[in-house]
Amino acid sequence: MNKNLKKFLINNAVPIIFIVFSIMAIPVSGFSSDYLIQEMIIRLGRNSFLVLSLLIPIIAGMGLNFGIVLGAMAGQIGLIFITDWQVAGVSGMILAMIISTPIAIILGTLGGLVLNKAKGREMVTSYILGFFINGVYQLIVLYGMGKIIPITNKSILLPRGYGIRNAIDLNNIRRVLDDLIPLKIGNISVPVATFILIALLCLFIIWFRKTKLGQDMRAIGQDMEVARSSGINVEKTRIISIIISTILASYGQIIFLQNIGTMNTYNSHEQIGMFSIAALLIGGASVIKATIPNAFVGIILFHLMFVVSPRAGKELIGQAQIGEYFRVFISYGIIALSLALHSWKELKEKERNRTALRESLQKDGKVES
Amino acid sequence: MENNVILKLENISKDFFGNTVLTDINLEIKKGEILGLVGENGAGKSTLMKILFGLPEITETGGYGGKIIFDGKEVNFSSPFEALESGIGMVHQEFSLIPGFTTTENIVLNRESLNKNFLVDIFSERMSTLDREKMKERSEKSIKRLGVELDENMIISEMPVGHKQFTEIAREIERSNTKLLVLDEPTAVLTESEAEILLKTIKKLSTEGISIIFITHRLSEIISVCDTVSVLRDGILVNTVKTEETSKKQITEWMIGRKIDSKSESTDKKEENNQEIIMKIENLWVDMPGEIVHNFSVDVYKGEILGIGGLAGQGKLGIPNGIMGLYKAGGNVTFKNINLDLNNPVASLKKGIAFVSEDRRGIGLLLDEPIDLNIAFTAMQINNDFIVKKFGINWADSKKIKKTAKDYIEKLEIKCISEKQTTRQLSGGNQQKVCLARAFAMKPEMLFVSEPTRGIDVGAKKLVLDTLRKYNREFGTTIVMISSEIEELRTISDRIAIVSEGKISGILPPESDPVEFGELMVGIKDEVKQ
Repeated sequence: MNKNLKKFLINNAVPIIFIVFSIMAIPVSGFSSDYLIQEMIIRLGRNSFLVLSLLIPIIAGMGLNFGIVLGAMAGQIGLIFITDWQVAGVSGMILAMIISTPIAIILGTLGGLVLNKAKGREMVTSYILGFFINGVYQLIVLYGMGKIIPITNKSILLPRGYGIRNAIDLNNIRRVLDDLIPLKIGNISVPVATFILIALLCLFIIWFRKTKLGQDMRAIGQDMEVARSSGINVEKTRIISIIISTILASYGQIIFLQNIGTMNTYNSHEQIGMFSIAALLIGGASVIKATIPNAFVGIILFHLMFVVSPRAGKELIGQAQIGEYFRVFISYGIIALSLALHSWKELKEKERNRTALRESLQKDGKVES
Repeated sequence: MENNVILKLENISKDFFGNTVLTDINLEIKKGEILGLVGENGAGKSTLMKILFGLPEITETGGYGGKIIFDGKEVNFSSPFEALESGIGMVHQEFSLIPGFTTTENIVLNRESLNKNFLVDIFSERMSTLDREKMKERSEKSIKRLGVELDENMIISEMPVGHKQFTEIAREIERSNTKLLVLDEPTAVLTESEAEILLKTIKKLSTEGISIIFITHRLSEIISVCDTVSVLRDGILVNTVKTEETSKKQITEWMIGRKIDSKSESTDKKEENNQEIIMKIENLWVDMPGEIVHNFSVDVYKGEILGIGGLAGQGKLGIPNGIMGLYKAGGNVTFKNINLDLNNPVASLKKGIAFVSEDRRGIGLLLDEPIDLNIAFTAMQINNDFIVKKFGINWADSKKIKKTAKDYIEKLEIKCISEKQTTRQLSGGNQQKVCLARAFAMKPEMLFVSEPTRGIDVGAKKLVLDTLRKYNREFGTTIVMISSEIEELRTISDRIAIVSEGKISGILPPESDPVEFGELMVGIKDEVKQ
């Protein structure tokens, strides 16, 4: 029992630390519970889809897919087009998704191909790949659009006549999904339609794990060589997992931006990978195991800290910047920590296995201790 | 052709770039027959199985000669999957199981029972969901057929080793058409009780009509379950006989067989009465992957050459690597009556124990550094040798390094352009000589040499062995030499210890009959001869 408790504490050390931190910081900040609950609901609606898009590559043993920024870019290209064509409302959102899907498939295939060449180093590779594709994205959006790719709506173009402006107003689709089915409980409004979509995605992930493809991914994630020798097409399956993740991320980015209402053409996607991954890890996930509850718990804890720490910092030290500092510090720190923790655990596990083998031989009397 | 012959190998031969490893192998297995396949490491067992399974490395190296007839048809598999499809199953030495999956999931791996849905038509078969009920049924049936107790919901990584082995066999026989099963040393990692159950299982399968090729080093197992036994030696099938017509001793003779007359010619044997113990090893365990040492104890006498032999994977390589602190080790090791700090390479080196590793290119040499630095390097680090102090700073004494290097190049006949040549450019034999020179440069009291002649040609071999002996005689350095080649150990050692299953199975004088060594290697003799 005691041992189990200890194991539980060790395995969930990260979320526990964040819970303790939040419990201490909330009273200091002086926020009302209504305000905090509203904030958390907004942020859950905004971020869940993106964070959930990370799950499938983890099943396939490819670690945390920093490459979801590729999907985010695909989503943003979709948004640029519907803004240009002035397609508004839910139909605009759906059109943006339709446009972004083939782009996400192409980028996902590319990402998968590259990651297959970098087995065992998927995370850092996908991280750098994000920067590379960002360059391509900038080239297309900053120089291609308005010149090669026709843009009719001059107001989203830079004054020089080509290239998209820094910020695009997404008036046409602002909060269309969130407000599609209005619901207010007391003072708190709930984006029902968004949550329905997120619930559908959760169901999809649960169902997906039960498919043959999902089973193959689990097998590959645990032992690539064994999976290969049993006849599973390892390379193809890994590419599929990245494609799915990229498509989901592109939808996630569209949902994210419809909630925010404006798009920073050249920045909105950049931090998405890191913040989503940090949230998932804070929820108790690791490089090799992540669940749907991990995603939700992580989003709540991570964003609770975002909201609370600036005010808490201000109340305590008189400086709000401390919150922003925490945000970046915690995001990078938690990723570095969990990566280090992962390899440490792996090493311990190997050692434990071999000790166990020796002990079993001792019991059998082959070895006198 | 007879109807009940399931597999027939006709004149199988194979060479790797002119190096013959198999010559004219003829073998026949009938339906439901258990064939034991034995042979020393390198006798060609695994190559033969690779040919049977159509592994890519065989076709890539020019294919094989002869014919394989399986189930009445001539076959030439181009991949293991084709072999599996035709009904040949293989259970490997290392487990090929998914650690986080249950028994059931592993047994039906990639052959899962599926439920179709509409997405299957749009995308592919892989969108169907798993039919867990049916999978469980199938695995239960397969486990039942084996006649063992296995929890079909247990996670592999939490299982005892024996159960993993059963799971693997269950997977092979779950394939409905499996007619021939190859078991490659399935009992090597099992405890005795588990091995016994496994042997029973093998017998049960054979009564159901599945033919089995059983590869093992444990001859008692061959005697107890196999119908026939085939002995391979140096790529030649020495004999195939009915098990009841032979004995362990006879099989060992066939396995070792060669040059029984070549008495060890260590003529300049010292008249040695000195029994001073320089190193006492008690209950040593070493956690070296693939060469695990469980419980090794031996006394090393001052000034002797102790040979340590044994089959690959039995732990002989783990011994020096453990004592020198390269792999995690435990137990009691005293050097000159002082406890040796295990898991600390520097401590061993400082006490005057040197090690020439079997992994020359990995940890033996600084490949991109010149010969002279390689020779002096350890002595510089450990003994502060080859160092001059100028202005309070330690500098490498390049003159002395150069002179010493030239000395050794001459003495050991290292073939090189100059002492400044990088070691990467040297041949295997010359690299080995540099490794030895480096160990000698430390002026060690005791020297561990691991596989000193692996991968080097005959001439260089002799020189390396002569050098070791000369060094031993001249300076009285105690040498412990680990080698897979018994002949080599017999020419140079004063005593030869044989390691089997991680512990010592016996110590023999070098003049002993080679068959005796063979018996110790395969673990026939249990008593320790001193």
